[in-house]
Amino acid sequence: MSSDTELSTTGDAVEHDATANDDLYHHEISDKTYILIALFLAVLTAMEVAVTEIAGMPEALLIPSLLIMMVIKFFVVVSYFMHLKHDSALFKFGFYIGLGGAIVLYSVMLTTFHFFLA
Amino acid sequence: MSDTTTEPPLTPEPDAAAPAAPDEAIPAGFDDGQDHIGLVHHTATGLSNTKLAMWLFLGSECLLFGGLISTYMLYRNRQGDALGPDQLWDIPFTSATSFVLLMSSLTMVLSVSAAKRKDERGTRLWLTVTALLGGLFLAGQVYEFTVFYREGLGYTTSLFSSSFYTLTGFHGVHVAVGIIMLLALVGMLAKGRIVGDKAETVEMVGLYWHFVDVVWIVIFTLVYLVPA
Repeated sequence: MSSDTELSTTGDAVEHDATANDDLYHHEISDKTYILIALFLAVLTAMEVAVTEIAGMPEALLIPSLLIMMVIKFFVVVSYFMHLKHDSALFKFGFYIGLGGAIVLYSVMLTTFHFFLA
Repeated sequence: MSDTTTEPPLTPEPDAAAPAAPDEAIPAGFDDGQDHIGLVHHTATGLSNTKLAMWLFLGSECLLFGGLISTYMLYRNRQGDALGPDQLWDIPFTSATSFVLLMSSLTMVLSVSAAKRKDERGTRLWLTVTALLGGLFLAGQVYEFTVFYREGLGYTTSLFSSSFYTLTGFHGVHVAVGIIMLLALVGMLAKGRIVGDKAETVEMVGLYWHFVDVVWIVIFTLVYLVPA
């Protein structure tokens, strides 16, 4: 955030600095880095498919490994491609409150229907 | 003897008589921290309200897709005697379409990056490539649905089929809306019809597009890869 942007402590409107939302670009992520991140995501996707092809792999190992790779891919895209890692805490709150709420709500729903016992 | 000579300033004083730098150096509407169109954004937080609204919208979309994914997980084994996931999935094909959507996220972020550099031609090029990749993904989904339907999996065949088509169909609709947004943005950029900060507008469409991608990351794993 640029130095000439100050948050109002009195609730008064302050001038919106056009660069205030773009902290990412102060971190100077280059196009080359974006390409490397995309390659990393592609490799993870290939690994996901590969582990499902391993014959005789127990589900107790297969499912957690798939879920871990899925979560890594999810947060890499959100953090770097969507720039949330370097963005305002208010934006993070807006998104993660929805994501967290969905996880809690639907975990309760699935538990109610004995999904995890099946 | 004291040195009375004055050192020249390291940085030259601005010359009031010198002409101002031409505005053409930065395409109109691109964000250089200056107000080009006579409007000043006033927000209580100092942050962009547009961006805040987009993040809140994406947060609410998590609840929508969470409901659809949970419903599918609950019903994925409820196909009775009809076709089930194990008989239908073509993992190599779906992996290829997933890869296409993943790469569209790369081209989208390259478009945002070009917009921040005020490279209008690059912005339009990467937006167009993103739309094409999105179209390719959507074509793959239509092909997949057609194959499933011909194999006997209609929308009302079973609880599994209803929840599967609803989930992936909703995602497909989001991709289609994203493609429309991308193409509209390309057209508006070409005609100079975007008022305000062009880079932020590209970034907002980018956030929506990346969200569509992260939802597919979850769907691909939970629907196609995790054994039923």
